[in-house]
Amino acid sequence: MATLNVLILVCLLYVVFLFAIAFAADRAARRGRGTWLRSPVIYTLSLSIYCTAWTFYGAVGSAARSGLEYLTIYLGPTLVMIGWWWTLRKMVRVGRSQRITSVADLISSRYGKSNLLAVFVTVLAVIGTTPYIALQLQSVTLSFATFAASDPTTTDLPNQQATALWVALGLAVFTILFGTRNLDANERHHGVVMAIALEAVVKLAALLAVGVFVVWGLGGGIGATLDRIDASPISTWEQSGSRWVGLTMLSAAAFLCLPRMFQVMVVENEDEGHLRTAAWAFPGYLMLMSLFVVPIAAVGLDVLPEGANPDLFVLTLPLQEGRDWLAILSFIGGFSSATSMVIVAAIALSTMVSNHVVMPVWLHMSGGTAVMSGDVRNVALLARRLSIGGIVLLGYLYFRLSGGGTALAAIGLVSFAGVAQFLPALMGGLFWRAANRTGALAGLGVGFLVWLYCLFLPSFGPSAILPQSVFDHGLFGQGWLRPQALFGAEGMDPLVHAVMWSMLLNTVVFVLVSLISFPRPVERLQGAQFVNVFEHSGTTPGWSGGLARSEDLMIMSQRIMGAREAQALFAAAARNQGLGGYLPEPTPDFLQELERALSGSVGAATAHAMISQIVGGATVSVEDLLAVADETAQIMEYSSRLEAKTQEQERTARQLREANRKLTQLSVQKDAFLSQISHELRTPMTSIRAFSEILRDSDGLDGAEKSKYAAIIHDEAIRLTRLLDDLLDLSVLENGQVVLNRQSGRLSDLLDRAVAAAGGSSGDFEIVRDRSAEDVMLMTDLDRLAQVFINLISNARKYCDAERPALSIRPKREGGDVVIDFVDNGSGIPTDQQSVIFEKFSRIGETKAGGAGLGLAICREIMARLGGTIAYLPGQSGAAFRVTLPDVAATPRSVPA
Amino acid sequence: MEKRVLLIEDEPNIIEAISFILSRDGWDVKTHSNGHDAMEAVRGRQPDLVILDVMLPGRSGFDILQDIRSDAEFASVPVLMLTARGQEKDREMAERSGASRYMTKPFSNAEVLDAVRSMVAS
Amino acid sequence: MSREPGPVFLERRTYRRRRMADAARLLPVIGAVLFMLPLLWLDPSDGQPQTSTTAVMFFVFGAWIVLVAVAAAISRNLSDPQDPPSSGGR
Repeated sequence: MATLNVLILVCLLYVVFLFAIAFAADRAARRGRGTWLRSPVIYTLSLSIYCTAWTFYGAVGSAARSGLEYLTIYLGPTLVMIGWWWTLRKMVRVGRSQRITSVADLISSRYGKSNLLAVFVTVLAVIGTTPYIALQLQSVTLSFATFAASDPTTTDLPNQQATALWVALGLAVFTILFGTRNLDANERHHGVVMAIALEAVVKLAALLAVGVFVVWGLGGGIGATLDRIDASPISTWEQSGSRWVGLTMLSAAAFLCLPRMFQVMVVENEDEGHLRTAAWAFPGYLMLMSLFVVPIAAVGLDVLPEGANPDLFVLTLPLQEGRDWLAILSFIGGFSSATSMVIVAAIALSTMVSNHVVMPVWLHMSGGTAVMSGDVRNVALLARRLSIGGIVLLGYLYFRLSGGGTALAAIGLVSFAGVAQFLPALMGGLFWRAANRTGALAGLGVGFLVWLYCLFLPSFGPSAILPQSVFDHGLFGQGWLRPQALFGAEGMDPLVHAVMWSMLLNTVVFVLVSLISFPRPVERLQGAQFVNVFEHSGTTPGWSGGLARSEDLMIMSQRIMGAREAQALFAAAARNQGLGGYLPEPTPDFLQELERALSGSVGAATAHAMISQIVGGATVSVEDLLAVADETAQIMEYSSRLEAKTQEQERTARQLREANRKLTQLSVQKDAFLSQISHELRTPMTSIRAFSEILRDSDGLDGAEKSKYAAIIHDEAIRLTRLLDDLLDLSVLENGQVVLNRQSGRLSDLLDRAVAAAGGSSGDFEIVRDRSAEDVMLMTDLDRLAQVFINLISNARKYCDAERPALSIRPKREGGDVVIDFVDNGSGIPTDQQSVIFEKFSRIGETKAGGAGLGLAICREIMARLGGTIAYLPGQSGAAFRVTLPDVAATPRSVPA
Repeated sequence: MEKRVLLIEDEPNIIEAISFILSRDGWDVKTHSNGHDAMEAVRGRQPDLVILDVMLPGRSGFDILQDIRSDAEFASVPVLMLTARGQEKDREMAERSGASRYMTKPFSNAEVLDAVRSMVAS
Repeated sequence: MSREPGPVFLERRTYRRRRMADAARLLPVIGAVLFMLPLLWLDPSDGQPQTSTTAVMFFVFGAWIVLVAVAAAISRNLSDPQDPPSSGGR
């Protein structure tokens, strides 16, 4: 007989295996391998988190108590899946096109990115899910205890609470490890999905194995087993019609609304095409899951002693018959069902809690400065990790406090009814343009209250929370307010009663309030986006970028998305607009793209709020208004067009003004050229002339004075020569007559050379290097490149105004390019100067620090000749220049200049 | 008694040259090399003559000249302006700001001496 | 939605695809009716012998398998899901 220790060993091995699978899948996905990770089969299997421990164990219990009623829990989702063309297809499309991160995010985004609504949905989801997590913990501990009780070698039973605590801890660790790897909740959690897909296979295999054993091993074949069913207490079809219909509808609604189902169905969806496979394969899976339930129940009732808990027949039948390995398999199946549910539910809820509760509070508390200075990325990740811990802990506490007494199925259905309250707002949002925020809030509120009063609170039993008198005579003695006979609806099944009233009142209030209240513009636009998602998967309410400040946006985005992603996004946008560098014009298109990218990390409402903190008031661009084109929009069209023209003209005017300003600035500079070059030439000449006259005319100069004055003349002559050299150099570079002398060399050697030539690193000017990153072979004109480096280093030395000036040189590979950033810790270059620093004779301000303002112009020309670029990198800690070289290491030696 | 001259200029070599020429000619030369606190230097030195460069770090020579002229105590102190930018509009600006004389770099030493002598004598 | 008059006869493939979309819309309705059907057999009052659980099981699972098969056939023929279902000739 297998001992408890064997079970624990197998269980631990299984957990290690799950970690390994998740880790391997994450790694494969990161390396771009493993397209099989994205197959429709994996997607279908991941949907099976619908089947929790409640269905694994509880279905048999339900069948033993009330016959075929357990089927309704599977029939609802089956109808939803084969009806995918109606709803799921739209939900997935909307989720993908709007980068939705959770069901709360979907509802909030649809109703004008309302955070209030998101908070409401989040709270409801947490209340609805916590008992369900407790239920999973209970089922694991219960099955574990059952196993232990049947093992003769154990003398004392393991402490149930300790088991639950260990399971909860393990689940929290797994979820944090694999569920918060990347901040972008919209990115797929390949490791998690792979693990739950595997668990899906295990639990189906376990249930089928037990079923096969029961039918052929215990029941004596199909015919004999059918006879047993006919002889059992559940032989006749005595179903309450209202419960059959009500539960089917309830499970269908819950299937659409459950946060964890939304997570795997919409958020983790890799490809809309996968839905086509899941549409038939998942109903097939559900069918197999429920196939042997009745036989197991009937045989269990027959074989096992009177009073055995039917919720555990799946486990106790093999145990009773001494099939220990089958029992272990069955235990692992139940364990899989419980763990996969908790993992996904914790991910889904933590995304909601951190995006809609923690982040907005944090942003609010830290004011507008947070997005600029704080490390939003780390805060968001931390919030998500803490939320996961908090949610699992909440489930554990619920389990401890409730004592785990209630029959398994009851609490599952209470939970279902709670989240089903989202359905009117969700479906209304997807199919009804006039649905609005006020309506959604009112409907949800009413539905939630009715659910709370008629189902959730009574579920603790009479006199537990609601006193018996309320059950008998209603609230405040009002008979029509009895929680299980609302408005005098007596004699109904309490569950059906609560579901009917809550859903009915929810829907009615939602529709009526939507009809009498008026939506805000953002809601109307989002409404059009959602309802007509198949007509235009394009625009969403945008920003009028007139006041937007690209550099501030960039600083913020770097903090949320990470520097590399943000820079790539900004540079690509600038390129699309035909601009160089990293700062695109803040057009509505760009702001919208940015908002969507950010919302993948922090949710739609937060992203919207963050951008509006920088851009200013949220205005809706007219192109979007036109896209709406409903009745009212058509009436507004004329004025909208005028407005559109005005805005377009304003934008053009701003661009013209910008161009003009730049031209004027350049012309002022060209004008200043003469005066500059005159100054640069005349200053050394003055010294030369004055001292040569002194040497010529003055008598009685001693030897030391004479040689000193001659040395001054010499130095100034050299200064003149250098200036002329620079001018010639620039002119040669500009005319393209330069001959490049390509050699191969190591970047670190080149930087050593440049640092030494520019005066070296010392106490009053520190140069921070990254030796390991500098180990790159280059094939280019090393002397010219060194010239660029020397220029940048000595510029930093001259202009960096920090108290302890320091320059850090950071080389890295980006794509095929070698990128070298030179970042100092000074105050940087003002935005209005950034566009002209590479022009000739431009110097920042009027400060006189030697040099004629040709250095950067020469650098730019050199980099262009070398096939690379040099650009100012805004949004860093100080002045920052980025030198980009194409993959020169691979360039053959013989390429002509 | 030695005449005091204050030289406000930032190029060290030019400072050295002018100081040499003027001290040989019997002047008491003090120098100052930035724009920020040039006015304090003027007040502290109580010079009989100021030689002022146009391009100074911190503040332009024109601005300093205006300050000198708006201070009643120094309104009539002769000021010789030096500039390395030989443009007509610089000369006009210097005259408008109240420069007594204006000289373009590079200059001959004799020129400077003549100018300085004639300005203090008058 | 503005619907411009499209061509009278659609290409055979397009026609087939649209009928498949119709079938996909209809399938859950048929499924719901099938699954509710056993409720009609719940009438013990007229003295007839009650329907047995096994009979209802056979019916429900049979209907289930048929629905899965039909759904598979439909989704196989609804190839490109990127196309909007109502995209007329534009």
